[in-house]
Amino acid sequence: MADVAQGERRQLAPPVVDTGVLGWVRKNLFSSWGNALTTIVLAVAIGWILANFIDWAVINAVWTAPTGQDCRGHGACWALIHEKYRYIFFGSFPYEQQWRPLLAIVAMLAMLILSSDRRMWNARLLWIWGVGSFLTFLLMFGQIHISISLILFVALGVGGLGMLMRGAVGTPAEVNGWRALAAIGAVGLVLRVTGVLPAWSLPIAPFDYVETHLWGGLPVTMILATYGLLFAFPYGVLLALGRRSKLPLIKGLCVGFIELIRGVPLISLLIMASVMLPLFLPSGTTIDKFLRALVAVILFAGAYIAEIIRGGLQSLPKGQFEAADAMGLNYVQKTALIILPQALRVVIPPLINTFIGFFKDTSLVLIIGIFDFLNTANQALVDPNWAGFPAEVYLFAAFVYFCFCFSMSRYSKYLEIELNKGTRR
Amino acid sequence: MAVEALGTTTRAKVAPWNDPFIRGWVFQIVVVALVGLLAWFLVSNTIENLERQKIASGFHYLEREAGFEIGDSMIAYSPSDTYARAILVGLLNTLKVAVLGIILATVLGTMIGVGRLSPNWLLAKICEGYVEMFRNVPLLLWLFLIYKMISEAFPGPRQAINVLDSFFLSNRGLYFPVPIADPIHKWMGLAFLIGVIATFLVKRWAKKRQDATGQPFPTIKTAIALIVGLPAVIWLLDGAPHHMSWPALKGFNFEGGTVIQPEFTALLLGLVLYTSAFVAEIVRSGILALHKGQTEAAMAIGLSRGQVMRLVLLPQALRIIVPPMTSQYLNITKNSSLAIAIGYPDLVAAVNVTINQTGQAIENILIIMAAYLSVSLSISAFMNWYNKRIALTER
Repeated sequence: MADVAQGERRQLAPPVVDTGVLGWVRKNLFSSWGNALTTIVLAVAIGWILANFIDWAVINAVWTAPTGQDCRGHGACWALIHEKYRYIFFGSFPYEQQWRPLLAIVAMLAMLILSSDRRMWNARLLWIWGVGSFLTFLLMFGQIHISISLILFVALGVGGLGMLMRGAVGTPAEVNGWRALAAIGAVGLVLRVTGVLPAWSLPIAPFDYVETHLWGGLPVTMILATYGLLFAFPYGVLLALGRRSKLPLIKGLCVGFIELIRGVPLISLLIMASVMLPLFLPSGTTIDKFLRALVAVILFAGAYIAEIIRGGLQSLPKGQFEAADAMGLNYVQKTALIILPQALRVVIPPLINTFIGFFKDTSLVLIIGIFDFLNTANQALVDPNWAGFPAEVYLFAAFVYFCFCFSMSRYSKYLEIELNKGTRR
Repeated sequence: MAVEALGTTTRAKVAPWNDPFIRGWVFQIVVVALVGLLAWFLVSNTIENLERQKIASGFHYLEREAGFEIGDSMIAYSPSDTYARAILVGLLNTLKVAVLGIILATVLGTMIGVGRLSPNWLLAKICEGYVEMFRNVPLLLWLFLIYKMISEAFPGPRQAINVLDSFFLSNRGLYFPVPIADPIHKWMGLAFLIGVIATFLVKRWAKKRQDATGQPFPTIKTAIALIVGLPAVIWLLDGAPHHMSWPALKGFNFEGGTVIQPEFTALLLGLVLYTSAFVAEIVRSGILALHKGQTEAAMAIGLSRGQVMRLVLLPQALRIIVPPMTSQYLNITKNSSLAIAIGYPDLVAAVNVTINQTGQAIENILIIMAAYLSVSLSISAFMNWYNKRIALTER
């Protein structure tokens, strides 16, 4: 008992509370003198900025006014947005028909939202995108004429793909079905080329035809980003497979192409598409300006997608390739049935990030005179009646872009965690 | 004998169309032939179209007189110079924006990225807000917004904000005095170079000494003394010549001094703000990828929070950070081409004027592509070399 302390012992202070509101504040905001000072300086600065911003954007703002003159001397001129929002969202699309681009936006949003649900990741997705795309372009163009050659070509393509991929795994009846489809397409195309079948097209014309140079605003941005990436996807996959190929010529071609595209800015491709594409084609063919921009975006996106997919391909263990070879699958079957389903699953989150990038980068098309969302916002500033309020319009446009990009980046983050649940420790 | 017999029997006779080697080559030849056919189709169309539209070809136009003004030039340029020189001016402007942008975005991005990991909740949240705000809105929109704000919010030259009669801030840019060219400047430049080289030598010596004895050396103070002090001493020895060119209002604009133009400011600011958000995310994920034990061990040996970051975490995170950072540097270089949208005369803008004046699109686009490809490749080559240098040397 000798080591028991003698006499009075100094009482230690109780430990500092680090639970509850006070504890949280102490731990996260005032843990040291330096921290406390940072907190106070930042709080004052943020408070001052916010107070001024709210004063400008809400309290002193003008919400409706006949012309910009009535906004002078006040805060934000939201009346400008109120006046011009139809133009900013839909561009020069005929005014009475603007419900069409609105519905097209809704259709594209519905497609994107439906595809974000993992329960939809199966054959249903093809139907959603087929029907949705058809609706989108029908609404935008107003009339679509589907030529018989196109129908036959699609039959040949789908049938051929079915034969290649299901040849070794499908039931004989199914494989024969694909063969029949491909045969119909091939025979039909030959008959069409030799002139036995007449030039005929299926006219679907419920609305007035609207040319692409009248398109503008948000639908243009969404179409360029969505379909640019959608069309770039298969060719990006081919480039990635080519880059991983053991055949030297194929590999060289793909590496050269990918590095060339990734080494130059998108603007140079857009300028090239707008001035050089007409030179590339036989004289007399004119190519739509919107289509030129889409071609440039597709060329550009393909190279970036290829690099992402290559990352997915490289992440697969070698055993997957060897096992597929051992089962006697040919290259197409091995790639389509074993390799790509696993590789693509890994790259979905980075692909969404690329999509966000392209959603923003499509704004560059304004340089070659396409009226995307940023360009229509820009044009809204030109009106002399409303001159002098750039901040309002750009902040509004920035807000719309932010809503799209932020929600997509959150979704990509969620998906990354969700898809890795099986492999996470 | 048996083995030989087995060998001959198992080597099955493969038909040529089933031999993977032959198949591979046939496939490659077909693909290359198709690509060649496409190229031939495009080239022959182009030649035909060029002849029909009577567009000249070849690079002879480069020696003709450009005849257009360039607002910002690092080398002497006038409209009577050749197209080649105009394009060179554009290229130098691109490089100027790219180099400054890379340095500033790295510094700002690292600060924001480290700030996001701060124990101070408010600071971390502000940095997070910054990243999300700049990352999720197109760069072009930021450029327009900043450029329009500069030209709308600042007064005209006559009402310029005047600081001490030497700095004039207006919607034409920031005018400020510069020294008039003097022969001593060359020697000061040389002294600066010597200072930089001496700093490198001192740093190497200091590291060697610290490795051997553990004694730190005030490298940063020495570096400042060498790099700033040497040119200053030369200047003082020459009697401190201080003839300055002062900006002054003449008519509708300023004359004299030098100017930072609003286009340049908007482009650089936009690029730096936008890219630093991406850099911040790279730095943050690089630091988060390190094992927690690194922080704990560093704190256990008594380093302060700043020292933990500077001496332990950042040097290790650098290895993770460098490859994605390279692609951000390439992005800055490529994105500087957005200059054309706000009227800054970079390479693409200069070449675009040339296309409109000469009509020779193909040659000009080849020039753009070649220039960007060589700049991109140089940056990647340098970063790959740096990456190798800092890579962990294992057994």
